[in-house]
Amino acid sequence: MKVHIKEQPETFKRFGVQWTPVLVVLDPDGREQHQWEGFLPADEYIGQLELALAKSAFAKEAWPEAERLFREVATKHADADYAPLAVYYAGVSRYKAGDQGALAATGRELQERYPGSSWARKSSVWLPAEPGSDATR
Amino acid sequence: MTVQWKKDVDAALVEARSSGRHLLLDFNAAPL
Repeated sequence: MKVHIKEQPETFKRFGVQWTPVLVVLDPDGREQHQWEGFLPADEYIGQLELALAKSAFAKEAWPEAERLFREVATKHADADYAPLAVYYAGVSRYKAGDQGALAATGRELQERYPGSSWARKSSVWLPAEPGSDATR
Repeated sequence: MTVQWKKDVDAALVEARSSGRHLLLDFNAAPL
């Protein structure tokens, strides 16, 4: 739905929105699952919507569905700035579904595909410690 | 395809719940 600042300032306050444009996705129970700011090209806009659905599946603990949706985002929008996040949570979803090796595999994937990203740094703790490193002493 | 934007947030929340669909809120300040 459209919410214009001049028509519905109370709705801006209700959702804590202080700048525009802001897009907010709520799940069917009215819980916020995702939001983003600013104008985006159509393809990235669609990617944000797909990311919202993936986050919603994750919040429902529907792990296989969440992994599939995050993986689709990461594949279809591989150059978007949210792609490393999607890879990260695809891995977390797979781990939550019972794959004990998913985190290390995801860490390796992020190091290879998005080595400069914050998500690669966050997942670096999932990688096996190298021989001789502090973590192995 | 034309999007049929709604403007009543409470009605939209009720419809989202009953239909099991997500709701997108587009906060904007574009010239009216």
